[in-house]
Amino acid sequence: MSGSPTAHHRAATLEFRHASKRYPRATEAAIEDLSLEIPAGEICVLVGPSGCGKTTAMRMVNRMIEMSGGDILLDGRSISERRPAELRREIGYAIQQIGLFPHQTVADNIATVPRLLGWERDRIARRVDELLELTGLDPQEMRERYPAQLSGGQRQRIGVARALAADPPLMLMDEPFGAVDPINRERLQNEFLRLQAEIGKTIVFVTHDIDEAIKMGDRIAVLQKGGVLAQFATPADLLMTPASPFVEDFVGADRALKRLALQRVRDIDLWRAPIVRVGEPVHRARAAIADSDLPFPLLVDAESRPVGWLSERGLLGERVTPELRSRATPTVELDDILRDALSDLLTHETQYGPVVDAQGRIAGVLSVEVISHALAAPASEVPSPTERLE
Amino acid sequence: MSVVTLAQVQLRDRSAGSCEQRNGFCPDWIADNWTNYVDPTVRHALLVALAVLFGFAIAFGLALLAHRRRVLVAPITAVTGVLYTIPSLALFLVLLPITGRGITTGVVALTAFTLLIIFRNIMLGLDNVPADARDAATGMGMTDRQVLWRVELPLAVPEIVAGLRVAATTTVGLAALAFFAGAGGLGGEIYSDLTFKSNIVVAGGLCLLLAGLFDALFVLIERLMTRWRRAVPA
Repeated sequence: MSGSPTAHHRAATLEFRHASKRYPRATEAAIEDLSLEIPAGEICVLVGPSGCGKTTAMRMVNRMIEMSGGDILLDGRSISERRPAELRREIGYAIQQIGLFPHQTVADNIATVPRLLGWERDRIARRVDELLELTGLDPQEMRERYPAQLSGGQRQRIGVARALAADPPLMLMDEPFGAVDPINRERLQNEFLRLQAEIGKTIVFVTHDIDEAIKMGDRIAVLQKGGVLAQFATPADLLMTPASPFVEDFVGADRALKRLALQRVRDIDLWRAPIVRVGEPVHRARAAIADSDLPFPLLVDAESRPVGWLSERGLLGERVTPELRSRATPTVELDDILRDALSDLLTHETQYGPVVDAQGRIAGVLSVEVISHALAAPASEVPSPTERLE
Repeated sequence: MSVVTLAQVQLRDRSAGSCEQRNGFCPDWIADNWTNYVDPTVRHALLVALAVLFGFAIAFGLALLAHRRRVLVAPITAVTGVLYTIPSLALFLVLLPITGRGITTGVVALTAFTLLIIFRNIMLGLDNVPADARDAATGMGMTDRQVLWRVELPLAVPEIVAGLRVAATTTVGLAALAFFAGAGGLGGEIYSDLTFKSNIVVAGGLCLLLAGLFDALFVLIERLMTRWRRAVPA
């Protein structure tokens, strides 16, 4: 399918069609009857309490667990027609324990599936280096290392690189960032979303952590005991309109606050601030105040960077004088996520704060009112996880 | 014990007053007679090498079988365990009417003794393979055979080699009895004159040396096959 070492943007659709799993002698089915359609190029998170069958559902896809009934279609073709080993070579596989081979170097580990597929030496070597770079590791330094010589975060990255090696159209990831500390997990999640923005794979991502699900998923499938699909929705929809008390309970009482993590300041309609500059005629400043969403003028410098909120005394003369009521704190950036921005406002005990762009120029004003308005907006305005990163 | 008397050879000068006459440790006698020990030593090494080689081949086959069908572990362990506990001398003598006097009897008996140790160590090595490595290997599309040869066996090398080391060194000791079956080896020299210190020291010392050499050989093999174990953590 590809002569070059890379062949990105190949993604498959995946469909569970009344798939079920019953173990002999078990009274209840591990998975009763699961139907689910995952569009190509999306991250679908399977989330639920332990024992809900999310890992079982994922492992049925590459036949690590054989389903008992129903069907699973990969790109419209039943997986049960395929020889398991061949099927698995087409599906990226990353698990929480990573499962790197301790007796092989990083390069050999990554080369696992390409070797099974019989790629040529040169092509494998090029692909290994490319994947190391893609996952933010230095090929020179890493290639010949053994897993014992890597940090936890590096092992996770190698695990993901190995799963991506043969450029599979579908990836299965079972709590792939579960074994690292929270700070590293956050970093790995962001890196992975950035990577996904580039490679656009179809991904089945299993986690028990609803926050991770909301962060990573284009769509989230909430499963309850017996693999019953409680809800299948975008993160925003899930938080806005939980389909059942079970989902409501599972996403948590703070679901409105969780929505704040889905959007950045740039995604919502900000207030227009009355912007004034020193030496400007006062009548123009007053017109700007009348024309804006806020009665308090914001003084900016020559480069349009916020200086502070102007006091009434600054407007007493012919021209605006730098008489400040208060400094322009906190200043929020367009790229901040709403949760952090709101937290900033609350710590400064204020209702609003100026928003600046990456160059520090004024872009608008964020207020608590604006945020609560955004929370009531329809979910369709919420960007996908990979878009959120940009 | 007619066999023993048959093996008795007049080794030394028994003239009165000499070191030899006092059954002492006689460097001069050793210097004059060491060449007599070369052939038995080579034969001894051959016995051990063949026994470990056949023992490994058989135990390896049994282990692969038992690895696929776990129910076989218990019966194989039981049978090889019985072989291991038979007194070696008895086994040599039992085999005599079947395989006759000679190296075959020696090798067959010694091989039987190595099976338990090697089999159990191969099983131990395969069982110690991390479950996550096995799961990842299968999940990425390796067949059972590929998982075995590319992941499980390489990771089991330390335990397997440990088994071979124990098997080789104990076989060096047991092979000293193989001359009862007419298989030769250093045992013949030892029993030819049990009272003569020089003889015992040389023949016994050669046994120790052989054991050491076999052990060193396996250590070398292990080092070559498990470079990954000595990787210095970054």
